[in-house]
Amino acid sequence: MLRFAAGRLLQAIPVLLVVITATFLLVHSAPGGPFSAEKAVPAEVIKALEAQYQLDQPLWKQYVSYLGDIVNGNFGPSFKYPGRSVNELIAAGLPITAELGLYAMLIAVLIGISAGVFASLRPNTLQDYVPMSAAMLGICMPSFLLGPLLVLIFGIYLEWLPVSGWGDIPGDKILPSITLGAAYAAYIARLSRGQMLEVLSQDYIRTARAKGLPEPLIVVKHALRGGLIPVVAFLGPAFAGLLGGSFVVETIFQIPGLGRFYVQAAFNRDYTMILGMTIFFASLIILFNLLSDMLAIWLNPKLRHGSGAAKP
Amino acid sequence: MALLDVNGLKVYFHTRNGVVKAVDDVSLSVDAGKTLAIVGESGSGKSVLCYSLLDLLPKPPARIEGGVALFDGQDLLTCSKQQMRGYRGNDIAVIFQDPMTCLNPFLTIGEQLIEPLIYHRDARYGRQQARRRAIELLDEVGIAGAEARFDAYPHEFSGGMRQRVMIAMAMINEPRLLICDEPTTALDVTIQAQILRLIKNLQHTHNVAVIFISHDLGVVAGLADQILVMCAGKAMETGDAEQVFYRPESGYTKKLLAAIPEGAKSATGHARPEVPLLKIEHLKTWFGGHSAKDTIKAVDGVSFEIRQGEILGLVGESGSGKSTLGRSILRLAPVTAGQVSYAGTELTALSARQLVPWRRKMQMIFQDPYASLNPRMTVFETLAEPLLYHELADRRSVAQQVEKLMDEVGLARAYVRKYPHEFSGGQRQRIAIGRAIATKPQFIVADEPASALDVTIQAQILELILDLVDRHDLTMLFISHDLSVVRHISDRVMVMYQGKILEQNDTEPLWAEPKHSYTRQLLEAIPLADPRLERARIAAASQ
Repeated sequence: MLRFAAGRLLQAIPVLLVVITATFLLVHSAPGGPFSAEKAVPAEVIKALEAQYQLDQPLWKQYVSYLGDIVNGNFGPSFKYPGRSVNELIAAGLPITAELGLYAMLIAVLIGISAGVFASLRPNTLQDYVPMSAAMLGICMPSFLLGPLLVLIFGIYLEWLPVSGWGDIPGDKILPSITLGAAYAAYIARLSRGQMLEVLSQDYIRTARAKGLPEPLIVVKHALRGGLIPVVAFLGPAFAGLLGGSFVVETIFQIPGLGRFYVQAAFNRDYTMILGMTIFFASLIILFNLLSDMLAIWLNPKLRHGSGAAKP
Repeated sequence: MALLDVNGLKVYFHTRNGVVKAVDDVSLSVDAGKTLAIVGESGSGKSVLCYSLLDLLPKPPARIEGGVALFDGQDLLTCSKQQMRGYRGNDIAVIFQDPMTCLNPFLTIGEQLIEPLIYHRDARYGRQQARRRAIELLDEVGIAGAEARFDAYPHEFSGGMRQRVMIAMAMINEPRLLICDEPTTALDVTIQAQILRLIKNLQHTHNVAVIFISHDLGVVAGLADQILVMCAGKAMETGDAEQVFYRPESGYTKKLLAAIPEGAKSATGHARPEVPLLKIEHLKTWFGGHSAKDTIKAVDGVSFEIRQGEILGLVGESGSGKSTLGRSILRLAPVTAGQVSYAGTELTALSARQLVPWRRKMQMIFQDPYASLNPRMTVFETLAEPLLYHELADRRSVAQQVEKLMDEVGLARAYVRKYPHEFSGGQRQRIAIGRAIATKPQFIVADEPASALDVTIQAQILELILDLVDRHDLTMLFISHDLSVVRHISDRVMVMYQGKILEQNDTEPLWAEPKHSYTRQLLEAIPLADPRLERARIAAASQ
């Protein structure tokens, strides 16, 4: 397992290098720059600013010095928030986005798996159709529709929950977390239903029944592990989706998280901020994919013992 | 009173295409300490019958339409779910057919073993006690180092070992009735003999009633006190073993008994020993592995000749490398080293393109007629493809040639536009055979061509193969794990074990005087479809 993880981390280095290079070239080739604004700024001011941020140097020199900074864990200063480094900005937004993501993920996993398992126990009955139709709706509904809808119902009509903010009023974290997690809950529900149906039709489930085990135990102990494998494998990519989705949700609910920084940085041509955020997100995605793969391996004893080598 | 008394049981499946009467008015009874064998071909309803007793059928589509099944005076068909759970794995236990899929791959075998002990209310075992009992039992069923293997996972066991675990699991609560559903069908013949002996011993020491489902009349001959013959959901005949074997009353039973391949090859071969068609020298096929430890030597330095016009039987247990050898000869598997020469031409030296004309001359019939035909191609497309590719027919004449092929393998011409799933297993194998002979090959590798089929269908397919070999002067390498089939069809036989050929000889001399001890072991393990002979054989083997 350790060797597997180390190998995967080594593979991550070239991936990150490609991400850095591509992003670097793309942001620099986009028209405009961090200091171009609607109001005309004197040329010498721009010159001075560019010199300060080393933008007057040839591109390859900027690239090399940027790589050097990254190796030291330094994403450089932000162009748009003078006096603050990208590291500081990420550190400020991360706890909020991480918390939002965590809640959304918990909602997705808990609701998704229980709905999927529940539906799989009586396939093609009402117990199956109701949660699965809800899941279909959840997948189809974009968060920029679901968010305002939830706000309208629970915030404005019923006045049960606050309509925006994060950590200011009790209960204001509920709606954003649901908005972000709903689509993933729906997806996980469908995934786990499908796999549970597959597993429940396996011979070893019949063996478990023939042993006289109670039905709930058969589902939880004998079926669920196999049923969870595709869900676990989906968690890595789902995490990437959550990060992307957090921008929309953070905007709807006025949450000062990373997602909003990211998009603002793109509009502002805040080169270092865009690069820093991209690299940071890419690393997180790689890390979470690795974790979800490791979890999938751990769940499967055949792979865990390393004896799962394919035989001809 | 009998321990189990089933009367007029009817189990129907309500499907979209109508009602299937899987079990239709069947009665049976079993006494403590006795064995009832249920024999019949696939689809005869023998498994459904037994699963319905323990409510293990998926409902819907299955529905019990009538009958009673009294176990110790209690009707199993109408008891509550709670009562049923009390019977399962406690009073009535099941050993399933396929030990590879019937154990949960995610749980250790120890955990699975002790479950019947700790989850039955009346057992009241603690985990530690249960563990001790399970290890005792693993020891009893012949698993070496039971203590250490308790925490191993199913994939760390071989098929035979897994079946032992299944048996231990079934026996752990000392059931009064044991249902064995083809418990040895997925196993090699030597392992089969061990497992059958084990079941028999356990039955004897614990005075268990056994229902033994099998399609193998040889196995049944050695075990059964009573036999129930089933066909298409109906009971064809019930009686004690000797009566059913020696004085069968129903025509179906007679047909079943007649279909068993027995004795020597009746047709005379037309092998011409002086002309070797194929010469295989020091052939090696090794698989995989970065290190020597991981390398699997599937075929490990094999040399032999195949003579023109002969059927050469290749026998061996699963994993012995016989299929790989067959494929390597046709270059369908990679050749690591060695030579295969076909009528003087060195095949291993040819490029894929150069090999094309030789491909026409050498064909293969695969084991599984369900998997080896493309489900999206009609019979016509399947049969026409090799003809067109090898330019043996043009667009105009191909239809006629396909029809001729259909005639030859005994399929009605009207079926030519159908897809494989519309055919039965035997018919599919006829299609596969038709595809193999389409290019008018000289040499065919037949890899277990009849193993997936019922015994009556198997007899028909073997007859077809013999007939085609005779008519087209074919040379054949016939691979099988079933020694009776090989004896019935081959002129000469080779015995393979762990990638090596241990012995080869003309068929009858090999049967009469096996030179290698492994061959002797194999031959002695074949069950005979005759109760007196089979019981004598078992008695001799256990001494």
